[in-house]
Amino acid sequence: MTIDITPELFASVPDAHGRFGPFGGKFVAETLMSALSDLEALYARLKDDAAFQREFDADLAHYVGRPSPLYEASRLSDAIGGGRIYLKREDLNHTGAHKINNTIGQALLAKHMGKRRVIAETGAGQHGVATATVAARLGLECHVFMGEEDIRRQSLNVYRMKLLGAEVVPVTSGSRTLKDAMNEALRDWVTNVDDTFYIIGTVAGPHPYPMLVRDFQSVIGREARVQSLAQAGKLPAGLVACVGGGSNAIGLFHPFLQDAEVAMYGVEAGGKGLETGAHAAPLSMGSPGVLHGNRTYLMQDDDGQILDTHSVSAGLDYPGVGPEHAWLKDIGRVNYVAANDEEALAAFHRLTRVEGIMPALETAHAMAYAERLAADMSPDEHIIVNLSGRGDKDILTVAAIEGIEV
Amino acid sequence: MSRLNATFARLRSEGRQGLVSYIVAGDPSPSGTVELLHQLVVAGADVLEVGVPFSDPMAEGAVIQKGHERALANGMSLQGVLDIVAAFRQADQQTPIIMMGYANPIERFGYEAFAAAGAEAGVDGLITVDLPPEEVDAIDAALKAVELDNIFLISPTTPASRIQTIVERARGFIYCIAVKGVTGSGQLDATEVARNVALIRSKTALPVAVGFGIKDADSARAVAAVADAVVVGSALIDAMVRVAEQEPVASEHQRHAAATALLKSIREGMDSSPS
Repeated sequence: MTIDITPELFASVPDAHGRFGPFGGKFVAETLMSALSDLEALYARLKDDAAFQREFDADLAHYVGRPSPLYEASRLSDAIGGGRIYLKREDLNHTGAHKINNTIGQALLAKHMGKRRVIAETGAGQHGVATATVAARLGLECHVFMGEEDIRRQSLNVYRMKLLGAEVVPVTSGSRTLKDAMNEALRDWVTNVDDTFYIIGTVAGPHPYPMLVRDFQSVIGREARVQSLAQAGKLPAGLVACVGGGSNAIGLFHPFLQDAEVAMYGVEAGGKGLETGAHAAPLSMGSPGVLHGNRTYLMQDDDGQILDTHSVSAGLDYPGVGPEHAWLKDIGRVNYVAANDEEALAAFHRLTRVEGIMPALETAHAMAYAERLAADMSPDEHIIVNLSGRGDKDILTVAAIEGIEV
Repeated sequence: MSRLNATFARLRSEGRQGLVSYIVAGDPSPSGTVELLHQLVVAGADVLEVGVPFSDPMAEGAVIQKGHERALANGMSLQGVLDIVAAFRQADQQTPIIMMGYANPIERFGYEAFAAAGAEAGVDGLITVDLPPEEVDAIDAALKAVELDNIFLISPTTPASRIQTIVERARGFIYCIAVKGVTGSGQLDATEVARNVALIRSKTALPVAVGFGIKDADSARAVAAVADAVVVGSALIDAMVRVAEQEPVASEHQRHAAATALLKSIREGMDSSPS
């Protein structure tokens, strides 16, 4: 694709149709179209509304605990012996991951729309927990759709959601993971569209969701930019984040897109290895198509059926990806790479033992690639990894893989 | 005149309402689908709606979802559906067939390639659930070029201004969704349906078919009183599933018979309508 990469380019997407180049859009059943238009109109009004922004910023400061620190992982950097690795500590947010930034924002929108009920899909359970949390705080009824397979591997988060008062609805259709949970959430929304707000957890789905989730998560990158200049005296040479749907990655990347000297790496789930087909890496291995309301890169077969994915981490186990990532790949601004299950597990253990920080398995994919990247850099350069979530929820999974009974 | 236009003109001249039957191609079996379609015509279907199975049918309730899953497990593909239509056409040149599915398998096939193959096979129209007017330009051009009708859905949530935009693009007929929800769900509110159909009629002369939530002769009769046609889908598939549940060794013939018996009773209910 021959596109001039200018600062204006990144501010121009999505266009009025919700498109990022050929990606994005509003591919949903007619029943949802007016709900999406209402949301779009409300957000257009509130986005630049000072009172709304103040409310959002105050919640992020006093409820979430922002700004999250930028931490130089010195022991890890020394051990690798290359560039310095800084961690953007989204794991220290309330509820333990970046997901809360977005649910705070969308819950405010739900409140403005007078909805009494919120729904969400979840894979690893972090978005479900973050949604149940804001629902509890606002006194909203909350239903979280979760694949049966994910309920099994994320039982701690399932119980957290129940404690918070949410109903966790098991999804038994299809592959019983995140994509099927999203289908079911869309079905619920079609049925209850009058009183229900759908809090989508990632930068996918129909317009305006990819845009508004990006905007709510961009606080990560805005803080990291200021912190990098203050602590390291310059912008980072590289940014690294894991990509399932891609919300933590877009949140870190977006405020740096126009800084041409900052390289960016989105790390997909390589599963058992890209060559095996058992992975969740649509940007690395997939092709464009339409799913869940947007056109993007998908894992699909020759008949256009969506393929089952595999990843050790439930949060990355998704056959699509946010449309802005699809566009950033095609224009060449972001490099999309993969780390497999084994590499992620090794990175999980290394960060835990060397820095005393236990990352989520999703985040461990970013760490695995960051180690590789840093090794080839000089010590006067630094990279920032989005430490998107903490790993407490994953200890049973890790124990099971290693044959340990807890 | 297109098969759809001819069918609705005939119904109008006879003072009858049309009956549209929906099944998923390849369910219960790929080899039986053509025969089932012919049987549905005998039982009273005026228009055949054939579901194209998709791995992620977002707008379908549980009954049709499972139909999609069975069809895919049986190896059904978009090409397979086109082959079924072509085989049906060898014995029936009159009954219109519309395909209903999701964008991705059609995109993958290629819009122009699909339109050409559909016209060749004897398809008359297409409903793509996740291609609202905002996303339809490319496929619309391809379908128009081969005179296939692009059929749009209008929902209880569609505002009047949008209805205008949709009917300006629509061909064949308008598919009016009776309830907010997925296929096979909800309780029909005949008054609300009547109001929506009236609103649509005030903006277009195209026939209006009503679907979602029509389960039996009574609900069909209530809808037929205000619409040009009634769509029945989940109830037919459910009838076939029930036979198989009650009698695990039920032959495919028995399953088809359950669906056609239900359709026949719905047809009779509509024809006894006092309207």
